[in-house]
Amino acid sequence: MYAFNYQRPKTVRQAAGLLAKAGGDGKLLAGGQTLLPTMKQRLASPAMLIDLNQVDGMSGIELKGRNLHIGAMTKHADVANSHVVKTAIPGLAALAEGIGDPAVRNRGTIGGSIANNDPAADYPAACLGLGATIVTNKRKIPADEFFTGMFDTALEEGEIVTKVIFPVPQKAAYEKFPNPASRYAMVGVFVGKKGSDVRVAVTGAGANGVFRLPEFEAALKTRFNAKSLDGLSVPADGLNGDIHASPEYRAHLIGVMAKRAVSKALGK
Amino acid sequence: MASVTMTVNGKSVTATIDPRMLLSSFLREHLRLTGTHVGCDTSQCGACVVHVDGRAIKSCTALAISLDGAQVTTIEGLAADGHLHPMQEAFREHHGLQCGFCTPGMIMSAVDIVNRKGAMLDEHTIREELEGNICRCTGYHNIVKAVAAGAQAMAATKVAAE
Ligand SMILES: Cc1cc2nc3c(=O)[nH]c(=O)nc-3n(C[C@H](O)[C@H](O)[C@H](O)COP(=O)(O)OP(=O)(O)OC[C@H]3O[C@@H](n4cnc5c(N)ncnc54)[C@H](O)[C@@H]3O)c2cc1C
Ligand code: FES
Ligand code: FES
Repeated sequence: MYAFNYQRPKTVRQAAGLLAKAGGDGKLLAGGQTLLPTMKQRLASPAMLIDLNQVDGMSGIELKGRNLHIGAMTKHADVANSHVVKTAIPGLAALAEGIGDPAVRNRGTIGGSIANNDPAADYPAACLGLGATIVTNKRKIPADEFFTGMFDTALEEGEIVTKVIFPVPQKAAYEKFPNPASRYAMVGVFVGKKGSDVRVAVTGAGANGVFRLPEFEAALKTRFNAKSLDGLSVPADGLNGDIHASPEYRAHLIGVMAKRAVSKALGK
Repeated sequence: MASVTMTVNGKSVTATIDPRMLLSSFLREHLRLTGTHVGCDTSQCGACVVHVDGRAIKSCTALAISLDGAQVTTIEGLAADGHLHPMQEAFREHHGLQCGFCTPGMIMSAVDIVNRKGAMLDEHTIREELEGNICRCTGYHNIVKAVAAGAQAMAATKVAAE
């Protein structure tokens, strides 16, 4: 790890000020479960590290009307164990419970996960599948516009994710085929239904990160049942291929995971 | 260099450190608490698991400076009055180790599992919960047995103390 100047702001405003001062050479530290390993490998070498762990008001879970607000610094374990999340969006609590391992869940945060936008990460699928809004210190960004590509987001320099707002769906579930070694998604599908709106979001498979499946959504709008997906397939073009799975195998898994997610959402 | 203060195994420690120092290095090199092992240094193996404010974390994936004010418990902090902690005793009794390298992390994770999930742990739960701890010797079988027995022993000790 290369040397850096360490800062521990108390407010989002101070953190933003420090980021601006660092002028592109600063990085925010949340749970550190991605950033620290990357810095150890010297793939990242920020001149200034701005630790968000002492910033007031960045973590917590609250149900406001029909929206679930989750602070950016809320840890995976706290989402997984939250009674509020388990009641409002059980599929989201289950997703958090399936991230990595207990020690990773005790440090890693939702804000860090979505800002990082790893193409195999779980939370991006929930954000897209539930039509979440990502709130930053500057604006509100719909999930549909937030995830712009592999490890890439709509966040601008100096922008800090402060919370994520999830509209509470009628039905939602996540199914992941984990890589047996890393537990990241080889393919993960999040399905959400709210009124007549149905969303199907896929992570782990796309060469450009998380994406939606309009054909699957249309079929499920007609009838929200796993059978509605019979006969639908996903082309292997544009999917990831690596030592773990070929694009063809991932395409197949998407169909299987999507059906399982729909059945799970229906409580079957 | 920057100053950090934390409580490690019940003792307050203050030190001036490089902000780059990982919690694992702080414990091992600064405090000479070498029970916490570093197996992979890439956040995978769990040999370095310690408790920070009552939660199991990988000490190789946390900056010491970021834990200013924290309560840290390492494997050295488990035994009391010269007696092994019930989970340590269970690993001994059930032959839950061979080379022993993974053991400190296994035991710290196991105690955390009991704290979260209670004393009655089935095999499936234990195996799932040990996802972040790798052992290259035992094949896990006796580790799983040790955790199940240690969990019940912890509950029994607690009842006896009340
Ligand atoms: C062994 C292991 C297994 C894992 N398995 C999984 C898995 O199965 N599924 C999964 O989804 N993830 C997995 N992860 C990743 C984990 O979920 C990380 O916690 C997460 O990706 C990053 O969150 P963090 O809080 O640790 O962020 P950090 O590592 O601190 O930061 C990550 C990046 O986000 C930026 N950032 C952080 N917070 C903000 C913010 N509020 N605003 C703007 N930018 C910010 C940082 O500057 C950095 O660039 C795993 C990690 C490990 C080590
Ligand atoms: S040494 Fe920390 S996880 Fe392996
Ligand atoms: S006993 Fe040798 S690594 Fe577990």
